[in-house]
Amino acid sequence: MSAIEILGIEKTYSVGFWRKRPKCALKPLHLQVEEGEVFGFLGPNGAGKTTTLKLLMGLMYPTAGTAKILGMEIGDPRMKAQIGFLPEQPYFYDYLTAAELLNYYGRLSGVPAKELPQRIAAVLDRVGLAANGDVQLRKFSKGMLQRAGIAQAILHDPKVIFLDEPMSGLDPMGRREVRDLMSQLKQEGKTVFFSTHILSDAEALCDRVGVIYQGELRAVGSVADLTAKVHGKTELTWQGAIPASLKALSADAKVNGDTARIVIDEAQLDSTIDTLRRERCRLISVNPVRGTLEEYFLQHMNSSNPGSAPLPKSKNIESSQGASA
Amino acid sequence: MKPSRSVTLIASCLLVACFAVSAMLSRAVNGLRPRAAIEDVLYLKSAKTLRWLSLGYTGLMADIYWTRAVQYFGANHFVGAAHFDQLAPLLDITTDLDPKLTVAYQYGASFLSPPPPSGAGLPDQAVAIVEKGIRANPDDWHLYQCLGFIHYLDRKDYAAAHQAFLRGSAIPHAHDSLKLLAGRMAEKSGDIETARIIWMSTYDTTNSSAIKENAATHLVSIQAMEDIAGLEKIVDLYRTQTGHLPASFRDMALANLLPGIPLDPYQEPYVLNSDGHVQVRHPEKYKFLERVNPDGSTPAPSAK
Amino acid sequence: MNSRVSAIASNTFREAVRDRVLYNLIGFAVLMAGAAILVGQISVDIEKLVVINLGLTAVSLFGVIIAIFIGIGLVSKEIDKRTLYTVLSRPVQRWEFILGKFFGLAGTLVVNTICMAAGVFLAMLYVTHKLQPSDASVLAALYFIVLQFLIVTSLALLFSSFSSPLLSAVFAFAVFVIGSFSGDLREFAGAQSGASHWVAMAAARIIPNFSGLNVISMVAHGEPVAANLIFANTAYTFFYAAMVLCAAVLIFERRNLK
Repeated sequence: MSAIEILGIEKTYSVGFWRKRPKCALKPLHLQVEEGEVFGFLGPNGAGKTTTLKLLMGLMYPTAGTAKILGMEIGDPRMKAQIGFLPEQPYFYDYLTAAELLNYYGRLSGVPAKELPQRIAAVLDRVGLAANGDVQLRKFSKGMLQRAGIAQAILHDPKVIFLDEPMSGLDPMGRREVRDLMSQLKQEGKTVFFSTHILSDAEALCDRVGVIYQGELRAVGSVADLTAKVHGKTELTWQGAIPASLKALSADAKVNGDTARIVIDEAQLDSTIDTLRRERCRLISVNPVRGTLEEYFLQHMNSSNPGSAPLPKSKNIESSQGASA
Repeated sequence: MKPSRSVTLIASCLLVACFAVSAMLSRAVNGLRPRAAIEDVLYLKSAKTLRWLSLGYTGLMADIYWTRAVQYFGANHFVGAAHFDQLAPLLDITTDLDPKLTVAYQYGASFLSPPPPSGAGLPDQAVAIVEKGIRANPDDWHLYQCLGFIHYLDRKDYAAAHQAFLRGSAIPHAHDSLKLLAGRMAEKSGDIETARIIWMSTYDTTNSSAIKENAATHLVSIQAMEDIAGLEKIVDLYRTQTGHLPASFRDMALANLLPGIPLDPYQEPYVLNSDGHVQVRHPEKYKFLERVNPDGSTPAPSAK
Repeated sequence: MNSRVSAIASNTFREAVRDRVLYNLIGFAVLMAGAAILVGQISVDIEKLVVINLGLTAVSLFGVIIAIFIGIGLVSKEIDKRTLYTVLSRPVQRWEFILGKFFGLAGTLVVNTICMAAGVFLAMLYVTHKLQPSDASVLAALYFIVLQFLIVTSLALLFSSFSSPLLSAVFAFAVFVIGSFSGDLREFAGAQSGASHWVAMAAARIIPNFSGLNVISMVAHGEPVAANLIFANTAYTFFYAAMVLCAAVLIFERRNLK
């Protein structure tokens, strides 16, 4: 059983006051996330990430399609007892203290009253708010609010945790803390599904990512696979001078002491190595310079051509996955 | 950086100065507006509109209007002016908003009905208001008392007064005076004893200090009138016995017709005129003094 | 009442208290004290009448204003602060949320009214120096005022479940005003004939019957409140508020929270 199974869920609104025009926020989405995975849902603002999360949480109703979490339909209270959710930029009840907030949420999640106090203390400690348990949330900084948010998401020890832009608005230290928390959750075997438009975070944390753009899922796979799709570059270093022919190839060639270095497209790798051998340059290293998701985005997202990038299948997913967008 | 001191100083001084000037201008504006306009604005003419405005809180709205009526009447009453033109609408509106406000009907009887200068001289309007009250509170005996009062004293309609007192006396817990008055209407309408009973009845049964005071004022005059009628009878008796009018009360006392020098309700001696009529020493103290006819009836009221 | 509803209710109550709503009691206390002192000098011989009229009217108006001002934000505030998302992603049904909010605000108003009732009785004691058994009817009037609050709260919650705070306030005040004339509306309907009669009658029934819940003037004159009126009004309030809450639940269930 997958932790999350999204089976063609879609959402269309009608906008406009007099003449209603349909607007598609999310095209039919098919996605599976396995237990224990950390899945990053990537896309620029307005791509449909929050819409997807809201549909999964039952805050919005899909126009078509269904989804299952831990094998149960969305909206099933038994399912909801086993998930945690952190919405984007939450304010929470600013007149409550952190402990009171968690107490409230704990009661709503059905945590037994006897266990609540210890759970609250443990969770506050875990997110680093142990000292601020009795401070009113209105006095919390952004980073503290975010940590409180994670606290309420994990308080009832859920199996799947959904986070909407968990890093947004945080300073680097805050982001580091949240990232560490998320790694810990992974180590505990929890499934984490989070959305972000910050690619470096996804790269650091995720087992797999899904890329969504203009309401459509464009790619799913491990970061490595996706960045491999970025036309990668290779870095070559060798001893000796730069042959003339190579200079023409790339203006990038540099000389450091007696080591020369050049970065070229993968496609030109073979011909460059041949050239260096002919010139009798001594090869020191050949390193692939991995493309980043950034570059993947820039390369693929500019095409507003739906379905232009076929879903590269990762080696660890079963091909029971549905048809592409 | 702290707020600039000079700005604080200037702004504060300007604030005080502008307040002083605007306060003075406000007074000037009020002085320029015609007085009647202010009073008109104090109430809306339509009880129905007020009922709507009060959003169902008619009791409080009635109290506010009642307060206005009392203040209005109080102010005008002491000034002695005969401009009671606002009293009738105020009483009408108050009783529309709160039909159970008994004291408003009593005010109608005591101050709306009687002739000027002590009242507005509008007995028919007073009757209309009280009858409206009776339709809303058929079991309130006070209202029949008011009605009888108005019919008897100001409209001289003794038959209607009799009816009113009779109906009122039939209500359980009604004051005894109603039954008494019902009886007297038939036989002794117009006499002073009846008037005394009416005013005693009012005095005893009202909670309003203004109405009580008014009744007391009447009672004082009635007392004096009764005293004078009695004294003049004794003068006649003296004349019958001696063939001439007495020169003074002392003569009458010596003739064993009087126990002593008679004193009026203010403890001042009565005055015996040479023609045998008796008077009070200070007529200005008595607001409602009238001559009483030998048979005990009071003549028709003259406008004072 | 299940634990989730009571958790939401007590949280709503706590929010009202910490938002210093109960400070309105200070304003009320000042008003009652001033009225008690002044009324004897202004309104001749009817001090108790005025104190009761003024006191109960103030309790009613203050409470309706609070009910509307807090009620209109009950749902919309939670959406703005995104707290609703964290609540509904838990095993909480949407109807439980609505009920919890209702009971929380209703509880706040009951507490508020109890404090105000003490103030009214103190003022009565001050002007009359002694309370009488017939004064117990003032308690009946206060109870009816609380019933009125329950209806206003349910209406404000209904409007909050689908419209913005500003519109909700306008609707809620409009319904309150029209409801206070419900007696007149029924009379008007009776005088009509044909289609306009049915329309007016339907309107008169749908509008809350606040005029039936207003016994302030009666009680100020010391008249007792009939027991069957108490039962009838209680039952009416229960069914009317339940109807409105059902409508709120129906609307809220279907709402997509964008």
